[in-house]
Amino acid sequence: MSHKKIKTISDPKIKLEVLTKEEIIKIHEATLNIIENVGIRFPSKRALEIWEAVGADVNHDKKIVKVKPYLIEDALKQCPPKYVLAARDPQQDLPLDGNHVCLGTDGCGVEVIDINTGEKRTTELQDVRDISRVADATEEVAFHWVPVSAQDTPAEARGLHELKAVWENSTKHVQTESIYNVEEAKASMEMLEILAGGKDKLRERPMLSLMQCTAPPLGHDGGSLDAALIAAEYGVPTGFMTMSSCLTTGPATMAGTLAVGNAEVVAATALLQLAYPGAPVFYAAALTATDPRSGAYTGGGPEDFLFGAAVNALSDFYNIPLSMGSFATGAKEPNWQAGLEGGLSTFMASVVMSDMLLGCGFLHGSRIWSYAEMMMDCEIFSIIHKMMQGIVVDEETLAMDSIASVGPGGHFLAQKHTRNHTRDLFMPQFLDRRPYTLWEDKKDDARDWATAKAKKILKEHQPDPLDEKISKEFERIIKSVEKK
Amino acid sequence: MSEDIEKLYKDMAQSIIDGDSDISVELAQKAIAINMPPLDAITKGFVVGVNYIGDQFGLGEAFLPELVMAGEAMKAAVATLEPELLKLGEARETMGRVVLATVEGDIHEIGKTLVGTMLSASGFEVTDLGVDQPAEKIIGKALEINASIIGLSALLTTTMVRQRELIEELDKENLRPRIKVMVGGAPITRDWATKIKADGTSEDAVGAVKLAKELVGKA
Ligand code: B1M
Repeated sequence: MSHKKIKTISDPKIKLEVLTKEEIIKIHEATLNIIENVGIRFPSKRALEIWEAVGADVNHDKKIVKVKPYLIEDALKQCPPKYVLAARDPQQDLPLDGNHVCLGTDGCGVEVIDINTGEKRTTELQDVRDISRVADATEEVAFHWVPVSAQDTPAEARGLHELKAVWENSTKHVQTESIYNVEEAKASMEMLEILAGGKDKLRERPMLSLMQCTAPPLGHDGGSLDAALIAAEYGVPTGFMTMSSCLTTGPATMAGTLAVGNAEVVAATALLQLAYPGAPVFYAAALTATDPRSGAYTGGGPEDFLFGAAVNALSDFYNIPLSMGSFATGAKEPNWQAGLEGGLSTFMASVVMSDMLLGCGFLHGSRIWSYAEMMMDCEIFSIIHKMMQGIVVDEETLAMDSIASVGPGGHFLAQKHTRNHTRDLFMPQFLDRRPYTLWEDKKDDARDWATAKAKKILKEHQPDPLDEKISKEFERIIKSVEKK
Repeated sequence: MSEDIEKLYKDMAQSIIDGDSDISVELAQKAIAINMPPLDAITKGFVVGVNYIGDQFGLGEAFLPELVMAGEAMKAAVATLEPELLKLGEARETMGRVVLATVEGDIHEIGKTLVGTMLSASGFEVTDLGVDQPAEKIIGKALEINASIIGLSALLTTTMVRQRELIEELDKENLRPRIKVMVGGAPITRDWATKIKADGTSEDAVGAVKLAKELVGKA
């Protein structure tokens, strides 16, 4: 039996204000100033033509565009504030409405800790299948990023092989960051059309969304821009993710890095709206601070956590959904650092109600996939999910009758009220609360249990299959993209 | 040696440590004005500062921006002295020439730039072509400046193959072992480097310097 339930955070009882209204406006004004006076690089012929047509100042040699604030602000007003990320199974559709936090897997890993050998190795197509199947079974994972790269498939059609593999192994929504050129973008739209059963249906219920990276500081990648424009044309939700990082691709100061990243995302989002007004778009970010000693970009650390909350303040200001990087860690194995960084980043991004969280499962700065890490990240999400419900205070939860009947001394274990509410408490899967001696006998811990759980799912879970005819069609499309 | 000269060397080193290009250029001009041999200004003055920052960086006491700014200040000072060197028909002895680039189709920049900075700080003459660079251009530049090393950065599993293609091209043209190739980037492993017959790889910029020195036989 497959799980149909998805756990999302909604109706939060905890709130956090990381930026005041005035501070948000200051960042917004700095952003407009950057776009108007410094400019943003758009190395795509199509993008430059769109900018030119609306009267922006376009330097074709440098491919730098400078845009008046009103053009940007008017374009942003066209963004739909709410829409749905559709899933193969409609019960698993995800509302992006500002009241749901949905967890996704992380994406594009290059190595995996093999679940059977425990050894690190290069990722393959089969890993995409396996991870997708495990994600399909967990109620915490609401949607997929293509988790790792199918390095045993031809580079020019790899992004398509990966999409096919996820769709064949899960009924949940798929978001990809691996489609960043025209050919693959067109082919992925063709695949999506077949999956949805027509172009109109595709627009109504997009079962795919596209995430493109910006090229900080203040630039974009041509292939990514062209791919995003194709997706927007089809009504497929598209987001630009800034990874601007204090010290290297952003100033050392957090506010400055926010302004740089925001300028990249806002300018590209405006471009999509100018080309296709009303196209579903989202804001995406994985801002962080570079390690001052080595230059490493791993995510994690206090700046990362603060960015996690701050970006949502900006995307709320623009009234568009947010996909926020969380769970990033530089840890090499699932350990103290991974737990710390996963916990705090995800708490900060969740407490402000980021619509999408990316994503569970990675180690070593988004490079190495670990099933144990994935499962434990899911538990962290569950804990935060529980915390976000806050403390309910009403007649029932004050439990006055129960308190009176127990009186001073005694215990609450035999009370009906207690029994009725025991299951309100959080039931951990991986927190060790055993007696010391029991632990001493085995010396096992969360990592072992998490791995065992993933193994069990891999052995037992069969996702609802994809129609074979559709798979065949997918194959045909992929073949047409592969070099002969 | 007069105290004045001693002080000038010290100031030169300090200008690099402070990462202050204005002052390093000023001091280089002063050296020219007082007829100090340009090579002395470099090796007894500015290089001392570069080495200091490099060591501090290795110890975790200096941070990236300091390293990068020291590199900039050094470059500016050397550029000021270069015409004098040419006049004298002298050349600064370097560890070797390196052409560095991120491969075609790939725009990841930071790691490559860091490797370039560290190589320069360690005495290599680095020509950084930037990102998204086709093989012909990289090889062309290497031949033009008679480079002993080509350094290739690739961060995507889809662009790693460009490293192999470039190496095959060099082999076809019989340009190896005259030109050595070092590779790096997030998905690059030692296995990969061996498989594509690269001359070596490293996981970070400090390792890249070590490798480059080995490749030019100056380790
Ligand atoms: C010559 O000899 C040598 C020797 C050593 C050498 C060397 C050469 N080159 C490097 N080294 C070594 O020394 C350096 C210094 O210590 C080190 O260099 P690094 O570059 O590794 O380290 C730097 C100091 C810091 N590290 C970095 O700067 C890279 C960090 C990560 C997070 C990363 C970043 C920041 C970016 N990215 Co991208 N990015 C990721 C990276 C994940 C990761 N943690 O590596 C990776 C590489 N990116 C990825 C992806 C998918 C992408 N990125 C993209 C874009 C970007 C940004 C532009 C947003 C940004 C780069 C900004 C910039 N101006 O450079 C896109 C690519 C566009 C393109 N055509 O290139 C895009 C395709 C996303 C999209 N859909 O748009 C993934 C690749 C996965 C794969 N399977 O191929 C990725 C692993 C992250 C992930 N899991 O998604 C060593 O590797």
